[in-house]
Amino acid sequence: MADYVHPETLVSTGWIEEHKNDLDIRTVEVDVDTRAYDEGHIAGAVGWAWDSELCDTVQRDIVPKAQFEKLLGESGIDNNTTVILYGDNNNWFAAWAFWQLKIYGHNDVRLMNGGRKKWLAEGRELTKERPSTSPKKYKAKNADFSIRAFLGDVQKGIKRKSIHLVDVRSPQEFTGEILAPPGLPETCQRGGHIPRAKSITWSRACDEDGTFKSFDELRQLYEGAGISRKKPVVAYCRIGERSSHTWFVLKYLLGYKDVRNYDGSWTEWGNLVRAPVEKP
Amino acid sequence: MKVEEYSKRQQQVGQWKVNIVSYRLGDQYYCTVDNVEPGATLARAQGLTQDEAEKKALEKAEGMLAKTLVVALVSRRQMKGTANR
Repeated sequence: MADYVHPETLVSTGWIEEHKNDLDIRTVEVDVDTRAYDEGHIAGAVGWAWDSELCDTVQRDIVPKAQFEKLLGESGIDNNTTVILYGDNNNWFAAWAFWQLKIYGHNDVRLMNGGRKKWLAEGRELTKERPSTSPKKYKAKNADFSIRAFLGDVQKGIKRKSIHLVDVRSPQEFTGEILAPPGLPETCQRGGHIPRAKSITWSRACDEDGTFKSFDELRQLYEGAGISRKKPVVAYCRIGERSSHTWFVLKYLLGYKDVRNYDGSWTEWGNLVRAPVEKP
Repeated sequence: MKVEEYSKRQQQVGQWKVNIVSYRLGDQYYCTVDNVEPGATLARAQGLTQDEAEKKALEKAEGMLAKTLVVALVSRRQMKGTANR
């Protein structure tokens, strides 16, 4: 991990074993499939549900500040806690949580490299016991939206050719052959991709065991596709979690200065009346 | 409890590839089936044997995958070409 620009944002599964009794660390599991936590989780880890605790459940938005403060406080996290996030699907929603912790200014947040998949494959311990946590006082900073792209930013960016747009969905979603990943509900009216977007599937940043590829391999992947550091980069997917993963890679592993996650993603763009859509 | 008997294999379900991951935790076997690309979990199940857990999870996944609509890729240019004939 030493070659990454911010290696301090990653920990290994072994590191978690070594630090499991540290009092200033809180491990948090965030899964796509929220039932995974109850099936068994790392001892001491709390579980956050992305679809109810890490979003605004009334209007479509990230978790509101007050709700975020309550969630972290009740999880035994204060502003000085080191938060280690991990989850299923190579850390999709762990990265989504990471992105929101950074929006609200949490200082020390890290991903467990390889996520739940690697932990299981290594035959490590799981427990069904929920940890007892002492509530703490958490004070979030005002939201920093310099790492978030909204619809208007993307529309302006493609019109002025002032951004690199990375579509991290599968090739079949990019071409419009399918409207949602196989087996998942379709949530858009049209298939295809945002004009000018480059297709770089999120999973190309990972090795088979779920860990991130090396700095050199990642640099080759994005620079080879023309994603330079000269323009701001906007990543998008279907609802913003796979693109959080790519956002993390570009910002923390490769050190791109201006990277934003467009969490409106294809479920916003693919439902907009008269939005331009590119198909092959 | 340690995760034991971890296994992962790929299988074709209709036109889609799926990963089948199973392991034992205590006296229960757990299985998840994901759609490979992008790797989203489609189904999970548990059972007293690996076969039982995998069978249940695969049945659920098959039902979900059967609903996936594949759109024929016809570009606007091709459509115009057809109309002009």
